[in-house]
Amino acid sequence: MPAIELKNISNFICRNISLKIADGELMVLLGPTGAGKTTLLNIVSGLIEYEGSILFDRVSIDEIPVNRRSVGYLLQDLALFPHLDVASNITYGLKIQKRHVYEIKTRLDEMLNLMNIPDLARRYPKDLSGGEKQRVALARALAPLPQVLLLDEPMSNLDPLTKETILDEFKNIQRKTGITTIYVTHDQDEAFSLGDRVSVLNKGKIEQNEVPDELFYYPKTEFVARFVGAKNILKARIIKIKQHEAVVYINNESLAQPFKIKVKRYPFFEKGKEISLCIHPEKIILKRVNEAVGNNLNRIRGKIVNIRSNGKTLKATIDIGGTEIYAAIPKALSDFKIHEDVWVCFAPDAPHPLCGKRCRAAEASRRFLN
Amino acid sequence: MERIKAAYSLIPVFIFLLIWEMAARLELIPGHFFFPPFTAVVQPANFLKSLARVLIGFITGSIAGLLMGILMGYKETINKTFHPIFSLLYPIPALGWLPILMLWFGISEMLPIMIIFICSFFPILYNTVTGIKTVDKNLIKVAKTLGASERKILSTILLPLALTNIFTGLRLESGMAWRVIIAAEMVAIPTGIGALLMRAESLIRIDIVIVCLMVLSVMCLSFEKFFIYMEHKLTSKWR
Repeated sequence: MPAIELKNISNFICRNISLKIADGELMVLLGPTGAGKTTLLNIVSGLIEYEGSILFDRVSIDEIPVNRRSVGYLLQDLALFPHLDVASNITYGLKIQKRHVYEIKTRLDEMLNLMNIPDLARRYPKDLSGGEKQRVALARALAPLPQVLLLDEPMSNLDPLTKETILDEFKNIQRKTGITTIYVTHDQDEAFSLGDRVSVLNKGKIEQNEVPDELFYYPKTEFVARFVGAKNILKARIIKIKQHEAVVYINNESLAQPFKIKVKRYPFFEKGKEISLCIHPEKIILKRVNEAVGNNLNRIRGKIVNIRSNGKTLKATIDIGGTEIYAAIPKALSDFKIHEDVWVCFAPDAPHPLCGKRCRAAEASRRFLN
Repeated sequence: MERIKAAYSLIPVFIFLLIWEMAARLELIPGHFFFPPFTAVVQPANFLKSLARVLIGFITGSIAGLLMGILMGYKETINKTFHPIFSLLYPIPALGWLPILMLWFGISEMLPIMIIFICSFFPILYNTVTGIKTVDKNLIKVAKTLGASERKILSTILLPLALTNIFTGLRLESGMAWRVIIAAEMVAIPTGIGALLMRAESLIRIDIVIVCLMVLSVMCLSFEKFFIYMEHKLTSKWR
């Protein structure tokens, strides 16, 4: 399977996108509606015009028309051919390419077994469940042995249980076949559970491209931070720099008085400089005002203004002098009430500075320093 | 199932006509002089003439409408070129063409055939265009990525999925063709069921008038049912 390289891809939505996807890698494109994810898939498949260049194994495919690009494309609405039964849907590409009858039959059996749908061969799409349709569409995309697999939000219409099963199955199939894959989604859970790497797209540009853990814990921009769920964004000014730590003032205008917290130090920190910090709601610890808070934790006093629970997790919104902080704490460990005064606590390494491209380099040198 | 049952509903009509024919020929009913056999009244020569005109006009008109519809549905430039012209011509009733066609072809077999041709052409054309244009664009996208050429997409995706619309056009126009041919034969052509109706009216032969109307009704119904049956046969599995 080929490595894919996008070089300065631009069109009416995408702006100068460059991206490398390794052989057999599963790259997830994550972003909100209108970010250009589907457009980028259409570009790779050759369905729409673009500027720039696409290379498969360092060979340009720009002049190759869509029907000869050898890409398997799974669309959001799956687009199964309604007038063809499952077997004919799966073998459509093989028949179009005039493969030998024996090969078509063998490949059909392989696909039906791989997708675990051997009994569905003679059914029509209207008689299939959402999960079954998903499997058939994936089988149809994989049957002609494409070089690259493109998937456009294929799980968006499935219930959570079916989605989880299909995601597991898909990940296994992708590993088994080793096919280079681009998977588009706006669901961060899906992105982080599937992707070997995740690229966040915003307004036609790649904001950040990392392995899932790096992206989740070390977002570079405010957009990425909010998109991966690090909703707490605080403006701060650096007042003191120590060996591994920096002391910063949270200087949000809505706060009655600025207060200082300690954060992890980065080499590019300079005294007096303004920075943005993001903190994942999961890294916030809530303590009652009469509870002792360890010296190793930063703390800010606030009032709970909203609480909602999604089963396992309690999601609280805490007002700290006009700024809202979001906390997600295990429900079993808490019985906080709305309007209750609390300490909002977090470890010094919880806030992550949003520092654009310098973050990653800084992170590497910080590790080296440590 | 509903549609198959609808096709079966023609059987009692044919049984009724068969009993009429048999009863009259075997002289089972007293006073059979006033109750001639069905086939004697309808006069097969007239019926066959009308049938031939309808079949030739309808088949050629439908094929032309289908081909033009495919071109217009598939190629936007052709659609943009011809749509304004056909939009002007489509609202003209088929019989409205009669004077000009009489001048072009005179009183000949071409006249009724051309009227049926025109009557069939436009509805099939527009139904085919609509059928092709309403096919989900994502299906075309997927077919392309699976390696299908433009022609393959037309034959394997667009036409099969446009069948429902095409059959709606065929069904509606098959009945309309009979109505139009009768009207044309009544006013302009000396042979056929329409002409027979006019002669029967002048001779005050109510039995001929009734039988002609029955034949007309049965033919409209049979043609419509035939296309309903064909549509069901070709599309019911997946719809």
